[in-house]
Amino acid sequence: MDVSVVVDNLPFLIVQGFIGVGPFIGGTLRLAVPAIVLGFLLGILIGLARLARAPWVRLPATVYVELFRGVPLVMVIFWIWFIVPQLLQRPIPEYGVALTAFVIFEAAYFGEIVRAGVQSVPRGQVEAATALGLTSTKTMTYVVLPQALRNMVPSLVTQMIVLFKDTSLASIIGYVDLTKAAQIVNNREIKPFELYLFIAIVYWLCTYSMSRVARRLEHRRATA
Amino acid sequence: MSYTFDWSVLWSGQPAWWLLQGLLTTLRLSALGWLLAVGLGVLAGALRTVAFMPLRAAAVFYVEFFRNVPLLVWMFFWYFGVPPLLPAAVQDWLFNHAAEFWAAVAALGVYHGARMSEVIRSGIQSIPRTQFEASLAMGLTTFQAYRLVILPVALRLIVPPGTNESLNLLKNSSVALTISVAELTFQTRQIETYTARAIEALTAGTLIYLALCLSIATIMARVERRYAIPGLIARVEAG
Repeated sequence: MDVSVVVDNLPFLIVQGFIGVGPFIGGTLRLAVPAIVLGFLLGILIGLARLARAPWVRLPATVYVELFRGVPLVMVIFWIWFIVPQLLQRPIPEYGVALTAFVIFEAAYFGEIVRAGVQSVPRGQVEAATALGLTSTKTMTYVVLPQALRNMVPSLVTQMIVLFKDTSLASIIGYVDLTKAAQIVNNREIKPFELYLFIAIVYWLCTYSMSRVARRLEHRRATA
Repeated sequence: MSYTFDWSVLWSGQPAWWLLQGLLTTLRLSALGWLLAVGLGVLAGALRTVAFMPLRAAAVFYVEFFRNVPLLVWMFFWYFGVPPLLPAAVQDWLFNHAAEFWAAVAALGVYHGARMSEVIRSGIQSIPRTQFEASLAMGLTTFQAYRLVILPVALRLIVPPGTNESLNLLKNSSVALTISVAELTFQTRQIETYTARAIEALTAGTLIYLALCLSIATIMARVERRYAIPGLIARVEAG
């Protein structure tokens, strides 16, 4: 065990790899945070579309979810990487490719969570809102979604943790995130055990604290 | 877009053979990884219920640490990090017998074993303790209570989340391409490299994954319906 290799390269691993400030385009956080926000927003649209009464809204959303849930994320990343530049006739930076792939892929999973959350709200709530004279849009915004969001919290956080871990796959197309940064350092130092164990601990600290927050939120919800 | 499709690249010459080999490697990798994952999952799930503290702590550490770190990091860890620590004879054997494949099996199995143990644990925990107590009161031994009362219900509750998790394992086996295991995604990339036909190659790979996942999901849904317990609609959520 040689800890000095980690200590010596700590600024590169954390500042460049984890946060994303430095000579390379990269950063785990710089990718994960927008991917979670945008993926969730698109997921809300897809989840609601799957519950729509009109088949021309519902069917495409269902196909979308089933398609992306049946394919590995690596495959989706390659799709975006090869196809989009060909469509636009110009090269796309790795950051754009990775962000697009994550948002499109994870939205399918977020969509399922949103759908389950909305379905968990008792039917009587919608009927009561309608009886009070609320339009269906108002029923959704003021009655169903606030309750549904609260029910979704545990699975949402689980999915965010999954997405956070998945960002490591962006290193496959050369995006310099924490994993790629460790690879770069390892190519020079040849200390794989120490370096990969170190980034495993960094990832673990992030995901474990997220799951602790989730547990606390769940607990507060249970007592409320 | 001025792209002319040429689907014939997929079945003329090498590519069809590559795809088949990739599919077989993916299946072999997933099957071995799945066996390891289920074994570790049952073991970790069981150890979390024993009274002896250190064993329980070890199981909790295993589950919480291994499932919260990206699979890709584990791939690199098992392929680059672990072999240098092994005895020279084992290293020689490994590098003569596709070390990257066994590293991928270890990474997949250990990572998904941690996730699988949560599925198994929540399945067993969802059965009320009173069922166990009632079986003992009826005169069953502990072993009989598990075999005749707890497990028949728990196994059925585990089927849906277990299927989900097994499909995740199958899809995650694609990450093994980073340590150059020649599985399906790897072969798809190879076809793209040799023929410069990205859309055709990726379509082929995607369709194979979709067909695999959808057919397994359909079969398991049928199994689930076949063995469903009438009146019991409670489902176990994966942890």
